[in-house]
Amino acid sequence: MTSPVKALQLKTRIFTAIVVLTNVLGNSFLSRGMQGVGELLSFSPLPYIRALFNPWVAVGVSLLIVWLLSHMALLSWADLSYVLPMTSIAYVLVALVGRFLLHEHVSPARWLGVTLIMAGVTLVGHTAPRTHAAHKRGAAA
Amino acid sequence: MKWILISIIVLATTAGEVLQAVGMRHHGEIHDFRPGALGRVASALAQSWHIMASIGAMAVSFFAFMSLISIADLSFAVPATAASYILETIFAKYLLKEHIGWKRWIGTLLVAGGVVLLALE
Repeated sequence: MTSPVKALQLKTRIFTAIVVLTNVLGNSFLSRGMQGVGELLSFSPLPYIRALFNPWVAVGVSLLIVWLLSHMALLSWADLSYVLPMTSIAYVLVALVGRFLLHEHVSPARWLGVTLIMAGVTLVGHTAPRTHAAHKRGAAA
Repeated sequence: MKWILISIIVLATTAGEVLQAVGMRHHGEIHDFRPGALGRVASALAQSWHIMASIGAMAVSFFAFMSLISIADLSFAVPATAASYILETIFAKYLLKEHIGWKRWIGTLLVAGGVVLLALE
Protein backbone atom coordinates (compact mmCIF):
# COMPACT_ATOMS: atom_id res chain seq x y z
CA MET A 1 0.00 0.00 0.00
CA THR A 2 1.80 3.09 -1.22
CA SER A 3 -0.66 5.53 0.25
CA PRO A 4 -0.25 9.31 -0.08
CA VAL A 5 -0.25 9.33 3.73
CA LYS A 6 2.98 7.28 3.81
CA ALA A 7 4.59 9.40 1.10
CA LEU A 8 3.71 12.59 2.96
CA GLN A 9 5.09 11.18 6.18
CA LEU A 10 8.41 10.22 4.54
CA LYS A 11 8.78 13.61 2.86
CA THR A 12 7.97 15.29 6.18
CA ARG A 13 10.57 13.21 8.06
CA ILE A 14 13.28 14.02 5.47
CA PHE A 15 12.58 17.74 5.57
CA THR A 16 12.38 17.77 9.37
CA ALA A 17 15.86 16.19 9.43
CA ILE A 18 17.24 18.82 7.01
CA VAL A 19 15.68 21.66 9.07
CA VAL A 20 17.17 20.29 12.31
CA LEU A 21 20.66 19.60 10.92
CA THR A 22 21.05 22.94 9.14
CA ASN A 23 19.80 24.73 12.26
CA VAL A 24 22.28 23.01 14.60
CA LEU A 25 25.25 23.24 12.20
CA GLY A 26 24.41 26.81 11.13
CA ASN A 27 24.18 28.07 14.70
CA SER A 28 27.37 26.22 15.71
CA PHE A 29 29.36 27.76 12.85
CA LEU A 30 27.84 31.16 13.59
CA SER A 31 28.70 31.13 17.29
CA ARG A 32 32.22 29.78 16.57
CA GLY A 33 32.69 32.67 14.16
CA MET A 34 31.23 35.26 16.53
CA GLN A 35 33.94 34.43 19.07
CA GLY A 36 36.45 35.80 16.59
CA VAL A 37 34.35 38.83 15.76
CA GLY A 38 33.83 40.21 19.26
CA GLU A 39 30.92 42.13 20.77
CA LEU A 40 28.15 43.20 18.48
CA LEU A 41 26.14 46.01 20.06
CA SER A 42 25.57 48.30 17.17
CA PHE A 43 22.64 49.77 15.31
CA SER A 44 24.86 50.34 12.30
CA PRO A 45 24.89 47.49 9.77
CA LEU A 46 28.64 47.84 9.12
CA PRO A 47 29.93 45.60 11.95
CA TYR A 48 27.43 42.92 10.92
CA ILE A 49 28.58 43.12 7.30
CA ARG A 50 32.21 42.93 8.40
CA ALA A 51 31.35 39.83 10.46
CA LEU A 52 30.08 38.14 7.28
CA PHE A 53 33.63 38.11 5.92
CA ASN A 54 34.64 35.76 8.71
CA PRO A 55 34.61 32.30 7.01
CA TRP A 56 32.88 30.57 9.97
CA VAL A 57 30.16 33.23 10.00
CA ALA A 58 29.77 32.98 6.21
CA VAL A 59 29.31 29.18 6.34
CA GLY A 60 26.94 29.56 9.31
CA VAL A 61 24.80 32.13 7.53
CA SER A 62 24.71 29.99 4.35
CA LEU A 63 23.49 26.99 6.38
CA LEU A 64 20.86 29.17 8.06
CA ILE A 65 19.61 30.24 4.62
CA VAL A 66 19.17 26.53 3.74
CA TRP A 67 17.43 26.16 7.11
CA LEU A 68 15.00 28.99 6.29
CA LEU A 69 14.21 27.59 2.82
CA SER A 70 13.67 24.01 4.00
CA HIS A 71 11.52 25.29 6.89
CA MET A 72 9.38 27.18 4.37
CA ALA A 73 9.07 24.10 2.15
CA LEU A 74 8.03 21.98 5.15
CA LEU A 75 5.35 24.51 6.13
CA SER A 76 3.94 24.37 2.59
CA TRP A 77 2.37 21.02 3.52
CA ALA A 78 2.79 20.39 7.25
CA ASP A 79 1.01 22.00 10.22
CA LEU A 80 2.83 24.72 12.15
CA SER A 81 1.72 23.00 15.38
CA TYR A 82 3.51 19.85 14.10
CA VAL A 83 6.69 21.47 12.74
CA LEU A 84 7.27 23.54 15.87
CA PRO A 85 7.66 20.74 18.44
CA MET A 86 9.29 18.31 15.95
CA THR A 87 12.12 20.70 15.07
CA SER A 88 12.84 21.25 18.79
CA ILE A 89 14.89 18.04 18.55
CA ALA A 90 17.64 20.50 17.59
CA TYR A 91 17.95 21.43 21.30
CA VAL A 92 18.52 17.76 22.14
CA LEU A 93 21.17 17.47 19.44
CA VAL A 94 23.00 20.54 20.79
CA ALA A 95 23.03 19.01 24.29
CA LEU A 96 24.30 15.66 22.96
CA VAL A 97 27.02 17.31 20.86
CA GLY A 98 28.04 19.34 23.93
CA ARG A 99 28.22 16.20 26.06
CA PHE A 100 29.84 13.67 23.70
CA LEU A 101 31.91 15.76 21.29
CA LEU A 102 32.87 18.78 23.40
CA HIS A 103 32.87 16.85 26.72
CA GLU A 104 30.80 19.51 28.46
CA HIS A 105 29.05 18.81 31.74
CA VAL A 106 25.32 18.25 31.36
CA SER A 107 23.43 18.66 34.66
CA PRO A 108 20.63 16.28 35.78
CA ALA A 109 18.08 19.09 35.17
CA ARG A 110 19.32 19.34 31.58
CA TRP A 111 19.05 15.56 31.07
CA LEU A 112 15.48 15.81 32.37
CA GLY A 113 14.91 18.60 29.83
CA VAL A 114 16.29 16.37 27.04
CA THR A 115 13.99 13.54 28.19
CA LEU A 116 10.90 15.79 28.24
CA ILE A 117 11.66 17.09 24.74
CA MET A 118 12.18 13.54 23.42
CA ALA A 119 8.87 12.45 25.00
CA GLY A 120 7.10 15.49 23.51
CA VAL A 121 8.59 14.89 20.06
CA THR A 122 7.60 11.21 20.19
CA LEU A 123 3.99 12.11 21.05
CA VAL A 124 3.72 14.78 18.36
CA GLY A 125 5.44 12.42 15.88
CA HIS A 126 2.49 10.07 16.28
CA THR A 127 0.05 12.69 15.01
CA ALA A 128 -0.69 13.37 11.33
CA PRO A 129 1.66 16.05 9.93
CA ARG A 130 -1.28 17.74 8.21
CA THR A 131 -4.70 18.30 9.72
CA HIS A 132 -5.88 21.40 7.88
CA ALA A 133 -8.13 20.91 4.91
CA ALA A 134 -6.80 23.56 2.54
CA HIS A 135 -5.09 21.11 0.16
CA LYS A 136 -6.49 18.98 -2.60
CA ARG A 137 -4.11 16.05 -2.11
CA GLY A 138 -4.88 15.38 1.51
CA ALA A 139 -3.61 13.11 4.21
CA ALA A 140 -6.51 12.62 6.52
CA ALA A 141 -5.72 10.98 9.80
CA MET B 1 16.24 45.96 28.76
CA LYS B 2 16.46 42.16 28.96
CA TRP B 3 12.70 41.81 29.29
CA ILE B 4 12.05 44.27 26.48
CA LEU B 5 14.34 42.22 24.21
CA ILE B 6 12.66 38.96 25.28
CA SER B 7 9.21 40.40 24.51
CA ILE B 8 10.47 41.54 21.10
CA ILE B 9 11.93 38.07 20.41
CA VAL B 10 8.80 36.16 21.44
CA LEU B 11 6.43 38.46 19.51
CA ALA B 12 8.64 38.67 16.41
CA THR B 13 9.25 34.90 16.32
CA THR B 14 5.54 34.18 16.69
CA ALA B 15 4.58 36.73 14.04
CA GLY B 16 7.33 35.50 11.70
CA GLU B 17 6.49 31.80 11.90
CA VAL B 18 2.70 32.26 11.79
CA LEU B 19 2.99 34.58 8.74
CA GLN B 20 5.36 32.09 7.11
CA ALA B 21 2.85 29.28 7.66
CA VAL B 22 0.00 31.39 6.23
CA GLY B 23 2.08 32.39 3.19
CA MET B 24 3.23 28.82 2.50
CA ARG B 25 -0.29 27.48 2.87
CA HIS B 26 -1.54 30.04 0.33
CA HIS B 27 1.22 28.88 -2.00
CA GLY B 28 0.31 25.24 -1.56
CA GLU B 29 2.38 22.09 -1.24
CA ILE B 30 5.74 22.03 -2.99
CA HIS B 31 6.06 18.74 -4.93
CA ASP B 32 8.66 19.48 -7.58
CA PHE B 33 12.21 20.01 -6.35
CA ARG B 34 13.94 20.52 -9.71
CA PRO B 35 15.80 23.86 -10.00
CA GLY B 36 13.43 25.40 -12.56
CA ALA B 37 10.37 24.59 -10.48
CA LEU B 38 12.05 25.91 -7.33
CA GLY B 39 12.85 29.14 -9.18
CA ARG B 40 9.15 29.57 -9.94
CA VAL B 41 8.34 28.92 -6.27
CA ALA B 42 10.86 31.60 -5.24
CA SER B 43 9.40 34.21 -7.57
CA ALA B 44 5.86 33.42 -6.41
CA LEU B 45 6.94 33.71 -2.77
CA ALA B 46 8.76 37.00 -3.40
CA GLN B 47 5.36 38.45 -4.33
CA SER B 48 3.65 37.24 -1.17
CA TRP B 49 3.37 39.95 1.48
CA HIS B 50 2.95 37.27 4.15
CA ILE B 51 6.33 35.78 3.27
CA MET B 52 8.09 39.15 2.98
CA ALA B 53 6.61 40.29 6.33
CA SER B 54 7.61 36.97 7.90
CA ILE B 55 11.22 37.37 6.76
CA GLY B 56 11.22 40.91 8.19
CA ALA B 57 9.84 39.68 11.53
CA MET B 58 12.39 36.83 11.68
CA ALA B 59 15.22 39.27 10.98
CA VAL B 60 14.00 41.45 13.88
CA SER B 61 13.93 38.36 16.10
CA PHE B 62 17.43 37.25 14.96
CA PHE B 63 19.08 40.61 15.67
CA ALA B 64 17.20 41.02 18.99
CA PHE B 65 18.48 37.56 19.98
CA MET B 66 22.06 38.47 19.04
CA SER B 67 21.73 41.63 21.20
CA LEU B 68 20.22 39.65 24.06
CA ILE B 69 23.02 37.08 24.16
CA SER B 70 25.57 39.87 24.09
CA ILE B 71 24.15 41.31 27.38
CA ALA B 72 22.70 38.16 29.02
CA ASP B 73 23.65 34.50 29.41
CA LEU B 74 22.41 31.98 26.90
CA SER B 75 20.85 30.15 29.86
CA PHE B 76 18.61 33.16 30.40
CA ALA B 77 17.93 33.71 26.71
CA VAL B 78 16.89 30.17 25.78
CA PRO B 79 13.83 29.76 28.09
CA ALA B 80 12.37 32.89 26.50
CA THR B 81 11.89 30.91 23.30
CA ALA B 82 9.65 28.43 25.16
CA ALA B 83 6.89 31.05 25.49
CA SER B 84 6.64 31.28 21.71
CA TYR B 85 5.78 27.52 21.51
CA ILE B 86 2.57 28.08 23.45
CA LEU B 87 1.70 31.33 21.67
CA GLU B 88 2.29 29.84 18.20
CA THR B 89 0.26 26.71 18.97
CA ILE B 90 -2.67 28.94 20.00
CA PHE B 91 -2.39 30.85 16.70
CA ALA B 92 -2.12 27.54 14.81
CA LYS B 93 -5.40 26.41 16.35
CA TYR B 94 -7.46 29.57 15.99
CA LEU B 95 -5.95 31.31 12.97
CA LEU B 96 -4.61 28.40 10.89
CA LYS B 97 -7.49 26.08 11.96
CA GLU B 98 -5.20 23.15 12.68
CA HIS B 99 -6.65 20.26 14.66
CA ILE B 100 -4.65 20.03 17.83
CA GLY B 101 -5.57 16.88 19.69
CA TRP B 102 -4.43 15.90 23.16
CA LYS B 103 -1.24 14.20 21.88
CA ARG B 104 -0.06 17.35 20.17
CA TRP B 105 -0.98 19.62 23.11
CA ILE B 106 0.73 17.41 25.69
CA GLY B 107 3.72 16.96 23.36
CA THR B 108 4.06 20.72 22.85
CA LEU B 109 3.82 21.39 26.60
CA LEU B 110 6.47 18.71 27.30
CA VAL B 111 8.77 20.31 24.71
CA ALA B 112 8.25 23.80 26.17
CA GLY B 113 8.93 22.48 29.68
CA GLY B 114 12.03 20.65 28.41
CA VAL B 115 13.39 23.83 26.80
CA VAL B 116 13.04 25.68 30.13
CA LEU B 117 14.85 22.84 31.97
CA LEU B 118 17.67 22.82 29.38
CA ALA B 119 18.37 26.41 30.37
CA LEU B 120 19.06 25.51 34.02
CA GLU B 121 22.66 25.18 35.10
